[in-house]
Amino acid sequence: MRAFGFERAVTPAAAAAAAARNPGAKFIAGGTNLLDLMKLEIETPAHLIDVNALGLDSIESTDEGGLRIGALVRNTDLAGDERVRADYPLLSRALLAGASGQLRNRATTAGNLLQRTRCPYFYDTDQPCNKRLPGSGCGARDGYSRQLAIIGHSPDCIATHPGDMPVAMCALDAVVETVGADGGTRRIALDDFYLAPGNTPQRETVLEAGELITAVVLPPPLGGRQVYRKVRDRASYAFALVSVALILQDDGSGRVAVGGVAHKPWRRTEADAELPRGAAAVAARLFEGAAPTEDNRFKLSLAERALAAALADAQEASA
Amino acid sequence: MSPLTRREVLKAGATSAGAVALPSVAQAANAAASPAPARPPVRQRVALEVNGRQVELEVDTRTTLLDLLREELQLTGTKKGCDHGQCGACTTIVDGRRINSCLSLAVMNEGARVTTIEGLGTPGRLHPMQAAFVKHDGYQCGYCTPGQICSAVAVLDEIRDGIPSHVTADLTAPPALAGDEIRERMSGNLCRCGAYANILDAIEDVAGAPRRGADA
Repeated sequence: MRAFGFERAVTPAAAAAAAARNPGAKFIAGGTNLLDLMKLEIETPAHLIDVNALGLDSIESTDEGGLRIGALVRNTDLAGDERVRADYPLLSRALLAGASGQLRNRATTAGNLLQRTRCPYFYDTDQPCNKRLPGSGCGARDGYSRQLAIIGHSPDCIATHPGDMPVAMCALDAVVETVGADGGTRRIALDDFYLAPGNTPQRETVLEAGELITAVVLPPPLGGRQVYRKVRDRASYAFALVSVALILQDDGSGRVAVGGVAHKPWRRTEADAELPRGAAAVAARLFEGAAPTEDNRFKLSLAERALAAALADAQEASA
Repeated sequence: MSPLTRREVLKAGATSAGAVALPSVAQAANAAASPAPARPPVRQRVALEVNGRQVELEVDTRTTLLDLLREELQLTGTKKGCDHGQCGACTTIVDGRRINSCLSLAVMNEGARVTTIEGLGTPGRLHPMQAAFVKHDGYQCGYCTPGQICSAVAVLDEIRDGIPSHVTADLTAPPALAGDEIRERMSGNLCRCGAYANILDAIEDVAGAPRRGADA
């Protein structure tokens, strides 16, 4: 691990100011992904700003009838919150499908959004990776790509976002709130939060240098039956091959977002509109233009079947 | 060519040893001139409570909580397995919650209360979970065991506190103290010897959970 300076910030403004003072600084919250990458010298911040004392660790009701989730709410606390369990069960289910108990106890809401890909070529510093070392090439495209993206990718990068929580948040139309290094705040729809890899796969989100996530806001509860269906190589503690976040209403309408297939939770409102016509119709619209590798072509049929299973789960729950 | 004398061989050896030494000097010079010079280590003080004892020490900021426990406090019960949060051997209980101590910086734990396997029980006064692991033979080599036990103690607290898991059928009801709940919650602790069946027996014994099949 490279040496770094360390300070604890006590207000969001102080954290932003510290980031402005220290080019190359990173915020650290749970640290469960950042420290892993620092040990491998994939992340080499010169300075860490500990944001754990910022007080952004509560879940509050909004005037609109939704929830504002502080950036530092731990995954365990968010999944276990009674309001989330009752009104946003999709979010609880997605969180509980991710990582291990130890990791969920430390991992935060904002950190989960910002975790890096688990592409094996990103992790292997002996291999080319445009995300880790821009311009070095993509080892994955013609290499071991079974876990990687089938849509939304570019010639330069086929990495997937590894998270479960963001897939549920995408289906729920969550909004990310931030404060910038200049003190200005902004709201970003989760669906607009992640950048397509294009020819700059090292840029993963719309966040500017020093911009800090303060909260994620959920709109009022949507009701319906909510199902998170994750398909993975082990029954527990593994990243998704594909995952499906589904909200199905009594009239057959609903929303669907899919994880494990792209650089972000994959959702298309025109695919939502196909829900009354079943999984095949939704998958056809959702994955129109997909370009899988030979290794991960199976994800197309796996996603459709996972969606069919999620629809069956939702219909069974209403029976 | 005349054969080399013993003196000449020794002299040649000394010369080549000198020649071998030269490139490493050159490499050091190159490293110093490289565009990304190494940053000097930064040291910082941190104060925390470990197993009921206040400790305050100055550490390199890169020191993980795991390395602080093992290398600075000589609490070697907590084990370093993968050092990347994948195996659970380093599991300790911090402020009442189990975490991977390898993925937490020591300096992030200012004011924290840390409990390690040494703080749960002693050879003469075992924690009930330690006693149950002995009774049920919940290990083979024993390397993952401190992490398994710290995790298991916290798992039972999590179930009692009503925290749901991936296998909890009804999110609005308290989770059951049952085998499938325990198995799912222990998935962050790997055992390469494969003592899982006996580990589960030990945890169920402490939990007072309904036993699977006949209790032999």
